[in-house]
Amino acid sequence: MTGDIPSLVPVMPEIMLAIGAMVLLMLGVFQGDKSYGQVSNLSILLLVAAATVLVTKVGGERQLTFGGMFVTDSFAVFTKILVLTGSVIAILMSGNFMKQHKIAKFEYPILILMATLGMMVMISSNNMMTLYVGLELQSLSLYVLAAMNRDRTRSTEAGLKYFVLGALSSGMLLYGVSLVYGFAGTVDFDLLASSLKGQESTSMGVVVGMVFLMAGLAFKISAVPFHMWTPDVYEGSPTPVTAFFAAAPKVAALALLVRVLFGAFPGMIQEWQQVIVFISVASMLVGAFIALVQTNIKRLMAYSSIGHVGYALVGLAAGTQAGIEALLIYLAIYLTMTLGTFGAILCMRRSNGMVEDISDLSGLSQSNLPLAIGIAIFMFSLAGIPLLAGFWGKWYVFLAAVEAGLVPLAIVGVLTSVVGAFYYIRIIKVMFFDDPAPAFEGGQGNGISFVIGVSALINSPVSYFILIAPLVSAAGWAAQSLLF
Amino acid sequence: MTIGLGHYLTVAAILFVFGVLGIFLNRKNVIIILMSVELMLLAVNINLVAFSTYLQDMVGQVFAMFVLTVAAAEAAIGLAILVVYFRGRGSIAVEDINQMKG
Repeated sequence: MTGDIPSLVPVMPEIMLAIGAMVLLMLGVFQGDKSYGQVSNLSILLLVAAATVLVTKVGGERQLTFGGMFVTDSFAVFTKILVLTGSVIAILMSGNFMKQHKIAKFEYPILILMATLGMMVMISSNNMMTLYVGLELQSLSLYVLAAMNRDRTRSTEAGLKYFVLGALSSGMLLYGVSLVYGFAGTVDFDLLASSLKGQESTSMGVVVGMVFLMAGLAFKISAVPFHMWTPDVYEGSPTPVTAFFAAAPKVAALALLVRVLFGAFPGMIQEWQQVIVFISVASMLVGAFIALVQTNIKRLMAYSSIGHVGYALVGLAAGTQAGIEALLIYLAIYLTMTLGTFGAILCMRRSNGMVEDISDLSGLSQSNLPLAIGIAIFMFSLAGIPLLAGFWGKWYVFLAAVEAGLVPLAIVGVLTSVVGAFYYIRIIKVMFFDDPAPAFEGGQGNGISFVIGVSALINSPVSYFILIAPLVSAAGWAAQSLLF
Repeated sequence: MTIGLGHYLTVAAILFVFGVLGIFLNRKNVIIILMSVELMLLAVNINLVAFSTYLQDMVGQVFAMFVLTVAAAEAAIGLAILVVYFRGRGSIAVEDINQMKG
């Protein structure tokens, strides 16, 4: 390490977000809560600008900076674009909800910016310290976001539960990091990888540390058996916050898991593959079976997201370049499905407030056909019905698993998809064939209509001819930077 | 008897287990959960510093400083959420945190 000033080009988007978030915070403080609209528009602008800089200035070439603690490559660019998209859409969908619930505070978009900054640091981490600081910046912002509606005890309870279990998971992650540090002698991913590769048998301390580390990260991606916080936090948080939770942090934490396992522990694939296979199977089963009995649609989406993490982990379990490629395709498609669905949930509003029960959707096709068609597309896509985008996501992960010799895993995946299809299709049946419930109030704003429309188009069969081929080549481009 | 790396690791492991048990077994008060979380993080710090001395490598101590800083931020946010929760609910007993099943 030298005393030179590190190259700042690879961190430009992060620096922009950090400075921008602080400037917007000042703006908000001086103007008070009436500045919500202005601050959120500027936040969207800032996120788009960061994405532009990321693509034009940083680019997909592997670059290290800050003494090797921070890395950018095509994998980072791809996942950061997904994260930034998720954040932009979360802010875009929030405006009216926040105003109707009188929680339109300027801190909300700024907390999303901070969380996004944390996620981008996580994705680019090449050292346990960067990993930890990025992860905590993200988590601490998310705890506050969950408790955003502070006059409603459900929201504060969600924040409290998320905080306690999140802190526990950070503790486990750190304990694992300390063991890895002690027994391998370094916290740098590249050095870890090279020092672990040469050895015949890995030291037990490193294995235990890695398992602790994976347990901590499994909390963050809400994989079974570390998923218990997910349904409560999803149900209790304000709906736009839930939409944000389901999208960007999932992508970032999965990307971080991939980064750690392939960056720091590529030589220990035998050890971590078993763990990933186990949590993948468990997540798929829980996601499919427990969701069957849910009546609250936000809780249902929580179990759905647990199941989808299981499917994405199938790609990681394969441990090959095709597997990572499939994982990235899956994440991109999952992002559009889940954001579209939450956009639709945000439209579920009657005169006495938001409603969240599946039965409230009954007969929606008669009162609001476009919304019903949109939800139907998302549900078919989430279920993985052929020709919709969700099917192609599952197709690539199962294909990668079969090619890597994990046939039983792929079979479990297909079977749980079939079980899962039952509850997705039940929603469609409720919307199209049940007696109509009172119509929803309109007026959720153009932002949400736009999000629902675009994500429904992306998930519809039409998009197969336009979007899948570029997505596959982009994911392939991103995945190649991880394997050497 | 000299006190070596093993002793430090044992103390840290015991503290860490106490922290985890404090979170799961405690039925009384959320403040105790916050204290348990601190205990876990401090156990990690003992580990890091002990390894740092053992390996003659500064990284562990730098890491411990980061952990301390983040732990402070985490405690601040935890207490803030707890205050907001108490204002709405009037209780911070663990068994009262049950508005949502699960």
